[in-house]
Amino acid sequence: MYSYDIVVIGGGPAGLAAALSAREEGAERVLILEREKELGGILNQCIHNGFGLHTFHEELTGPEYAARFIGRVREQKIECMLETTVIGLSKEKEITAMNREQGLFHIKAKAVVLAMGCRERPRGALSIPGYRPAGIFSAGTAQRFVNIEGKMPGKEVVILGSGDIGLIMARRMTLEGAKVKVVAELMPYSGGLKRNIVQCLNDYNIPLKLSHTVVGIDGKERVCGVTLAQVDDNKKPIPGTEEYISCDTLLLSVGLIPENELSLEAGVPMDRITQGPIVNEHLETGISGIFACGNVLHVHDLVDFVSEEAKNAGRYAAHYIKAVKKEQTEEIVIRGGRGVRYTVPQKFQIENGEETLLIRFRVDNVYKDKVLGIFADDREIRHIKKRMLAPGEMEEVRIKREELLALKGCKELVLALE
Amino acid sequence: MSQNMEHVSEQTELICIGCPMGCLMMAVKNNGELSVQGNTCPRGAEYAKKELTNPCRMVTSSVPVVNGETARVSVKTKGEIPKEKIMECMKKIHALLAEAPVEIGDIICADIAGTGVDLVATKAVAVLK
Repeated sequence: MYSYDIVVIGGGPAGLAAALSAREEGAERVLILEREKELGGILNQCIHNGFGLHTFHEELTGPEYAARFIGRVREQKIECMLETTVIGLSKEKEITAMNREQGLFHIKAKAVVLAMGCRERPRGALSIPGYRPAGIFSAGTAQRFVNIEGKMPGKEVVILGSGDIGLIMARRMTLEGAKVKVVAELMPYSGGLKRNIVQCLNDYNIPLKLSHTVVGIDGKERVCGVTLAQVDDNKKPIPGTEEYISCDTLLLSVGLIPENELSLEAGVPMDRITQGPIVNEHLETGISGIFACGNVLHVHDLVDFVSEEAKNAGRYAAHYIKAVKKEQTEEIVIRGGRGVRYTVPQKFQIENGEETLLIRFRVDNVYKDKVLGIFADDREIRHIKKRMLAPGEMEEVRIKREELLALKGCKELVLALE
Repeated sequence: MSQNMEHVSEQTELICIGCPMGCLMMAVKNNGELSVQGNTCPRGAEYAKKELTNPCRMVTSSVPVVNGETARVSVKTKGEIPKEKIMECMKKIHALLAEAPVEIGDIICADIAGTGVDLVATKAVAVLK
């Protein structure tokens, strides 16, 4: 059995930043476990630009952003096991992993950082009627085919879902010579960034149909068309609005799901909304010494925020193994009220020695000119004017230590729209 | 107000990409002079002006690598290129072949499509062992 101070599961942006900051905080034996051949995770296939504006104050492509972190991991001589899959995690922080050279083996860790990222919602989760022909891909799979392997999934494309990956792939497929006929979005608004709507769709005259979905897939061996229909306020297709569009490829960009099989196996308590672990302000899960960050915790829009969050997780993991004493006081629950779907963290302690409490959250709809209230039990402690809120844009509030100290004795902190 | 309506007047609708607000703006070109409506901050007007006078984009793609550890290397135009040159640039990219080893920043094609901008690698690819 191997023994390490901190084991980071996953070598994508979250894992890289967590391992680096754990090392910077003095943790010596740090190990990254990565199932792919190379570090960097999903950034390797995100060859478009727009990464790093917050972290490096310049615009990088995904591989360039990853390379900066990978370079630092190498400089710091942090150990990495590549092509190594973790198949088990226990609450005692014992990891079961396997690879071709060592076969099956065990690692004992003093602290674990979960950084496994997320995966795409598959077709099976959508209940679209029709056969199971070739030509249906999740947008991320198509992205891998085109960018890494240089293979085009098809020539005439319909995209369902207007999240950022769907929008980016609409442009990418167009540049590679395919005809993207339409992007259909179930919701009355796009989940993607404005910048991507303009630069990926409008630039190439690709229509975006809001409040539309795919109600039928035509084709037995290969997709030969899809039927789109408009949906009503309850997202039910409206009869008579069906429209047949011939195509050989359907890309699905319909959401991401944190990949938490290992967390569940270890018995980490989960949040039903984020589908990630419930964490405190130190990004520590319900199991002492197991931390979580990045898309395995909650799905992010920007990698810069993943890096920032992971940096904190790595730092707290390093503090944990050094047994920096935390005074145990009562935990205060943080939750979303009206209009706020979730918060991360979901709980915190006042006497934690931190200067600020950073709370990230998402709203449940598009709102303009709203006031966000922060309530300690029923008392409003702050209200913040917001000109624009959208589910696709993660929001944050920072609460200063003075404000936190005034919360003694309160049970819960609620973020709600007024 | 001029009574002579012979002058050129052109209206363009655009969405600002400066922030999540995504203001819907109307840019009016009047005798070569540009005025912007619907923006809620100065960034909107600036963006509209750039979009209407000289719209530019960065282009990213990937090209095959000979002898490399990976089959392809990702590339980008080192700066923005005029929007109307994007397809010509892609045509050039489709004809390219890189050779390992490649380092980030290596020029894969100088002055691509006559834009004066180089196409550079965004990923390192080692030689296949």
